[in-house]
Amino acid sequence: MLRYIVVRIAFGAVLLAVVCTFGFLLVFSGTERVALNILGQSASEADIAALNAKLGIDRPLLVQYQDWVGDAVRGDLGNAWTTTGTVTEILGRRLPVTLSIVVTAAFINALVSALLGITAAVRGGIADRLIQIVSVVGFSIPNFWLGLLLVVVFSLTLGWLPATGHVPITTSTLGWAVSVTLPVTALVLSGIASVSQQVRGAMIDALGQDWVRTLRARGVPEGSICYRHALRNALPAALTVLSVQFVALLGGAAVVEQIFAIPGLGELTVRSAIAGDVPVLMGVIVAMIIVVITVNTLIDLINAWANPKVRLT
Amino acid sequence: MSNHTTEPHRISPLRAAFSNPLGLIASVILALVLLAGLAAPALAPYDPAKVMIFKVNALPDAEYLLGGDGSGRDNLSRLLYGARNTFIGAAISVVVAAMIGVTAGLFAGYYGRSFDTITSWVADGLMALPAIIVLLAFFQALGSSIYLSMAVFGILLSPGFFRLTRSLVRSVRNELYIDAARVSGLGDLRIILRHILLAVRAPVVIQVSIVAGISIVVQAGLEFLGLGDASVPTWGGMLQDAFDNLYTAQQNVYWPGLAISITVASLVLLANSVRDAMQGGMRPRLSAPIQAQSNPVNGSIDPQAILQLRDLVVAYPDRQGWRNVVKGVSLTVKRGEVFGLVGESGSGKTQTAFAVLGLLSAGGRILSGSIRFDGIELAGGDDTQFKALRGRRIAYVPQEPMSNLDPSFKIGDQLTEPMQAVLGLSRAQAKARALELLGRVGLRDPERVFKAYPHQISGGMAQRVLIAGAVSCNPDLLIADEPTTALDVTVQAEVLDLLRDLQAEFGMSIIIVTHNFGVVADMCDTVAVMREGTIVEVAGTRDLFTRPTHEYTRMLLDCVLDDPPVRRYSGVAEASR
Repeated sequence: MLRYIVVRIAFGAVLLAVVCTFGFLLVFSGTERVALNILGQSASEADIAALNAKLGIDRPLLVQYQDWVGDAVRGDLGNAWTTTGTVTEILGRRLPVTLSIVVTAAFINALVSALLGITAAVRGGIADRLIQIVSVVGFSIPNFWLGLLLVVVFSLTLGWLPATGHVPITTSTLGWAVSVTLPVTALVLSGIASVSQQVRGAMIDALGQDWVRTLRARGVPEGSICYRHALRNALPAALTVLSVQFVALLGGAAVVEQIFAIPGLGELTVRSAIAGDVPVLMGVIVAMIIVVITVNTLIDLINAWANPKVRLT
Repeated sequence: MSNHTTEPHRISPLRAAFSNPLGLIASVILALVLLAGLAAPALAPYDPAKVMIFKVNALPDAEYLLGGDGSGRDNLSRLLYGARNTFIGAAISVVVAAMIGVTAGLFAGYYGRSFDTITSWVADGLMALPAIIVLLAFFQALGSSIYLSMAVFGILLSPGFFRLTRSLVRSVRNELYIDAARVSGLGDLRIILRHILLAVRAPVVIQVSIVAGISIVVQAGLEFLGLGDASVPTWGGMLQDAFDNLYTAQQNVYWPGLAISITVASLVLLANSVRDAMQGGMRPRLSAPIQAQSNPVNGSIDPQAILQLRDLVVAYPDRQGWRNVVKGVSLTVKRGEVFGLVGESGSGKTQTAFAVLGLLSAGGRILSGSIRFDGIELAGGDDTQFKALRGRRIAYVPQEPMSNLDPSFKIGDQLTEPMQAVLGLSRAQAKARALELLGRVGLRDPERVFKAYPHQISGGMAQRVLIAGAVSCNPDLLIADEPTTALDVTVQAEVLDLLRDLQAEFGMSIIIVTHNFGVVADMCDTVAVMREGTIVEVAGTRDLFTRPTHEYTRMLLDCVLDDPPVRRYSGVAEASR
């Protein structure tokens, strides 16, 4: 088991290094227009050259990369170009906001999908038909449109929930819950659509295995067969989609934070992308890939617990 | 079965999509949207960029049928031009994703090995970051052309095509006609193009629909975030405009969103209907579920009998209706008797056994007849009668030991759970009994096996574990379905010895389902020979071997003629595999 954990973490480190390298080379190769963006279209050649020198982007790409890596391993991701403060500082402020939304969405997604998927697999009937409809609807309604519709209905028309703003969970739990209700709802629908389908399929698969017949033949109650045995065997497949969905949720946050004016990582990405704040974008990539690797490793570990065979490989 | 799995590849995906009403509607909608996009210049009542200042955020009226946007432009015209833009963007993503993914998948699947490993790694890496974040990060490098972004998005979506093509090619690669093509001297490239592309056609149509749907959503998302070209009318751009004017003109939120959702939903439904068609259509439609009827046993109830079957009919649904797999089987198993049920595969012997356990596979049903266990009628009712007996008085030993143990639970758990549930033992009592039974079935280190997971023990050991589980409730009847077929030759004899010893010890009756006359000769008192769902002959074992009356029995026996009836069954098992 220990060896398995070490291997997973090593794999994550390699992925981090590879993604950072490719990310850097691509993001920092498009910096010609940055000075113009910052100084305005009428900036003189000399001013542009001076700013490029100040930002260090007049140097060869590989030299920039070397410096960036040297600083990054010490936890220094440089200074933002278009706002004040260091990238690490900005990320430290933004990441918890996004995580509080995305993690909540992931949990709700897991919970609802498990309920729907298991019911559809075990009982069939209405739940089964509902899941087919949800899978089409959830795929077809983009989160940004759903977000706008939710604002129109629940904020502008009914006035139940705020249209914008974010209350940090550390300030007020209830205030936070109220402020994230609509964003999380906008985020989870498409995730539920795909995860519940997978849970259903995995459960049907598990319930069709030979050992289910043998357990039934031995008089094991149906409840235990479904919720203890089949569910545990269905877990790896379900968790794998959930980890894919977590990545999708992070992407969805970029859009949804924009709609609800939430000061998170996604809103930061959009703003930095339009302004051309390359160090911040690079910081976002690093932060996201670390989050993704952490979540994937956690899910791998749960999988190893659920499926003893995994631990051997 | 194997015929069914290869057949769907030959269905024309387009015809399949039209055969389903939802698929037809979806195709019509998609055609209309495509047409609207192509003919936008002719259809649009206004220039999409034309501004009428008094129409800013106007409600629908006779001029602007869907109202005006935040700058006073016609919503309907912008919607029509937006369709054009949407389809170009989606087409770019799909073409890029398909070209990269299918090409890489074809080579990875066909040539395998290192190419496969590397491309799989790249595919995993591409999926690690949210696509929209990647596109945002590269926005400065790519510039404001949404089409360039969509091409990059196509690269990010290529793993889907890659995985699909690779697995399909793998499954097709080993089929005979590919070998035949290779033997006939066709070059590798021509083999790939001619045969494999044909086989992957329908699944790729599904993937194209799904990818087009995803890319429409992502493109609209990027435009909504303001990353598109503001001078081009787009659905996402219209939503952005609606968002900016949300407090003054809520109605503008609906049109572009509906356009996106309806288009994407049509793509999904089209994909679903092609998939349904490939999987052999919808489930069989049964006019009315046939009520199982139990025919009370006519004549005397044999007090010596533990189990009496009368005219048992078992059926499974297929495309036409019900297909009978057991067609009126009658037999009697006496107390303390070992009863052999022999026949070739597909003769219905296993289905007869499952019917007695009340454990037919999904869809299976006892249509008529009687199953009388120790005077209790089991057929015709619901599952409660079976539940009361399974694991208490009727036990089961399966054919494949490894697939009949839950891989996620330790052996000990799987032995003690039913004992606690059925016999009401405490945890400690159940463990003590389980260890005792593991020793009894000949496992040398019960403690170790108790703590092991199924994949940590051998097939022979697993079969002993299953036998221990089966006899743990001291059953009156043990049903063993080919209990030795999946085992090594050396282990087969030991397992039969064990079953015989346990039969003597517990005084139970055993039904052995087998295709192996060696097992019959070694174990059984009475034999029934099954063929195509019916019993052709029942006799005492000695009689059957010496004076077979039925032609079919004689034929089966002739197949194993070289084999002395007793103690050399292992050779038969080998030969008959």
